[in-house]
Amino acid sequence: MTNTIADIAQAKAILVMGSNTTEAHPIVALSIKQAVSENGAKLIVIDPRRIRLVDYAHLWLSQKAGTDVAVLNGLMNVILTEGLEDKQFIAGRTEGFGELKNVLAKYTPEYVEEISGIPADLLREAARIFARSERGSLIYAMGITQHTTGTDNVLSIANLAMMTGNIGKPGTGVNPLRGQNNVQGACDMGALPGCVSGYQNVCDQRTITKCKDLWGAKLPEKPGLSVVEMFEAALRGEVKAMHIMGENPMLSDPDLGHVEKALRKLDFLVVQDIFLTETAEFADVVLPGVTFAERDGTFTNTERRVQRVRKAIEPVGDSRPDWGIICELSRRIGYKMDYSSVGEITDEIASFTPTYAGITFERVSREGVQWPCPNPDHPGTPILHAEKFTRGLGKFHPVEHKPPAEEPDEEYPLILTTGRYLFQYHTGTMSRHSRGLEEMCHEARVEINPADADKLKVKEGDWVKLITRRGKIKVKACVTERAPKGTVFMPFHFKESPANVLTNPALDPVSKIPELKVCAVRVEKAGSRQ
Amino acid sequence: MAQVNVTIDGRQIKTESEKTVLEVAKENGIYIPTLCHDPRLKPYGACRLCLVEVEGAKEPLLACATQVADGMVIATDTVTLHEIRKTIVELLLSNHPLDCLVCESTGQCELQDIAYNLGIEEIRFEGERHTYTIEDFNPLIERDPNKCILCGRCVRICQEVQQDFVYDFAERGFETIVTTPYDRSLIKTLCEFCGQCISTCPTGALTERLSRFKGRVWETKKTKTICPYCGCGCQIELYSKNSEVVRVGTEVKSGVNSGNLCVKGRFGYDFINHPDRLTAPLVRKGRKLKKASWEEALDLVALKLSEIKKKHGADSIAFLSSAKCTNEENYLMQKFARAVIGTNNIDHCARL
Repeated sequence: MTNTIADIAQAKAILVMGSNTTEAHPIVALSIKQAVSENGAKLIVIDPRRIRLVDYAHLWLSQKAGTDVAVLNGLMNVILTEGLEDKQFIAGRTEGFGELKNVLAKYTPEYVEEISGIPADLLREAARIFARSERGSLIYAMGITQHTTGTDNVLSIANLAMMTGNIGKPGTGVNPLRGQNNVQGACDMGALPGCVSGYQNVCDQRTITKCKDLWGAKLPEKPGLSVVEMFEAALRGEVKAMHIMGENPMLSDPDLGHVEKALRKLDFLVVQDIFLTETAEFADVVLPGVTFAERDGTFTNTERRVQRVRKAIEPVGDSRPDWGIICELSRRIGYKMDYSSVGEITDEIASFTPTYAGITFERVSREGVQWPCPNPDHPGTPILHAEKFTRGLGKFHPVEHKPPAEEPDEEYPLILTTGRYLFQYHTGTMSRHSRGLEEMCHEARVEINPADADKLKVKEGDWVKLITRRGKIKVKACVTERAPKGTVFMPFHFKESPANVLTNPALDPVSKIPELKVCAVRVEKAGSRQ
Repeated sequence: MAQVNVTIDGRQIKTESEKTVLEVAKENGIYIPTLCHDPRLKPYGACRLCLVEVEGAKEPLLACATQVADGMVIATDTVTLHEIRKTIVELLLSNHPLDCLVCESTGQCELQDIAYNLGIEEIRFEGERHTYTIEDFNPLIERDPNKCILCGRCVRICQEVQQDFVYDFAERGFETIVTTPYDRSLIKTLCEFCGQCISTCPTGALTERLSRFKGRVWETKKTKTICPYCGCGCQIELYSKNSEVVRVGTEVKSGVNSGNLCVKGRFGYDFINHPDRLTAPLVRKGRKLKKASWEEALDLVALKLSEIKKKHGADSIAFLSSAKCTNEENYLMQKFARAVIGTNNIDHCARL
């Protein structure tokens, strides 16, 4: 997030797109509800499904899944046509607006209606509300990013924010909500194929020199493989061994049939986890790690706040903190990783990572700090891009609408989109082992619109088969208006009906994110579970 | 905000004009009893326990709903106030089950603490008592309206903060009860099971089912940490007893969540001590994974990774790090992949 969770409450208009906030980020949803009820903010929800947040919204725009760039360009077209853009911000803080204007010209509300299904007048009203508000906050999650056009979607959101001057002030901003407690931190720490901690590019000579000086190691020169590419390389026989720590690709990754073949093909697989997950079942060695309650360290939240994690109980059984396991392995392979405490690693991160340079273990034990924090006296940065952008002027990146990699056709006539439930979490390793959550919700249902259900003669609770080009699964139906006509929704938490058997592994060319939010599916009535 | 000077119980205090008498007293360590107050909620003035005497006012004023003004002289603990408070609490207790021996709230019950602080040894009033039997079949929230003192905190937190509007007052007079639409089970309402109502309930009327009989609050150790679920980064407190996490709480007005939590943060903790946790390394022998010592397992991993690197090159090995692990662990994992093995093949589920 460019801004903080708390300052959402100061927004006068909030545009939520591709985020089922009340279920996936309930505490952020509290700030949104507060902005609406206490401070009179106008809430616009853009989502194919009638999610719970719509109950609190002034406008709900239900777009066809995979048409986000067109919708955002349409909003900007209206703003431009009606002269509602922030001319001062555009002139003073940005460049490339001319090119954007050229691209926007054809995205009239009527043209966008043809692509997205959103009535032209509704789009106009949304654009006016957002552009006329003094402070507007843009909030999104995986509904924006998990597309083959994920990068384009995010660029369009940034275009809209800059065009309306909603950057660098409280109650504004481009605010992606991160789905996992420390996914921000894992990225910041360089658990990415292209950069070491602090997004320092592996191809940059300065990074290579730094690794040589501080790690005493030669950094491999070319970027590595991303998660989906790793499994492809394993299938081709190029990746022979994998070491997986606290991840469960056998439920979380697209096209699970493919992932399973890749895991089986490996010569050696080691998995570090807290339970024998679906992935760990394929392992040659399983190493028992610990939960958050048994370890010390830091997590970084969605608003870039580095916060202290404290050990409450000793590791269960003979399990060990993951950092200790890595140090032991490293020592055995002949590289000394000698840390007597977690704090020493935190301090090494500070010395290695410019954005974390002022964040020591001692400091973060006292207070959470938002990066960038370049030195110990720096207060941290609650709001990014306040005076200027990292590159100086903010650059508009005009993008055109592109259809998703797979669209409905005669054989697979519906769209499948996936997401989360309130009572479950990701692949369920934690939530499905929590008695209360599991009792509240222990199975998946595919949400299907009554009109589509009628055609298929499917009633509430019936077993149905979902079939895509990748595979098929059986699941019970939930007949509901929450799902729009032509689109079915299901969660990916449940191994009994794993949605990712169905999903499309097509990748965004830049970010390498798979298109989990759109694929073509056929639904058939099934007699029973078997 | 203007600076003002007030006197509370003879103490001169400099403060800001928009604060309430209760807030100023609390900040200065002066105790005023309350039952219907929660700093997350707007002042409500239902319990009348926070009455204070203000010079020049005809009658006692509510500390929770009165803003300080320059020159205000306030007394929080006079004989009259003590008698008023005692009478109020005795009236509440005259219709309150005194099963503190087994009540889940004992030790963290505000009614219990106030009765003790006021030194209530006997209850002068006898009268009718409620005998509600409510069975709400849900796994998380226990409702016992017999212990409800009608402070309205659950009603208000559900309306003002959570905005789900699940609870409200029904009936009138002595029959007044906090309930759900049509007295339905919480499962049949719009309840999100965030448990915010439990977190604000001052008595045992709303308690957690999962933590029942798992430990008294004074037996548990409290550890401030961060929630392991989504990316909000809510601050939580783990209550543990004998190496088991038995409950999750929050510090009111603290952390990015201001003391609020959702269903996963509050109730999704018992995976920590789940019997299926992996407690020893496993090594595949034949087709089966068998228990092994750490020495054996780590030696094998080190050997295999070294062998494969030697035979097929470093890029034949790939690493997945974890959005569930700490920054320190992620840093070390990428350092391990890059500096020790020599590959940039490292990623995690940021895109999934």
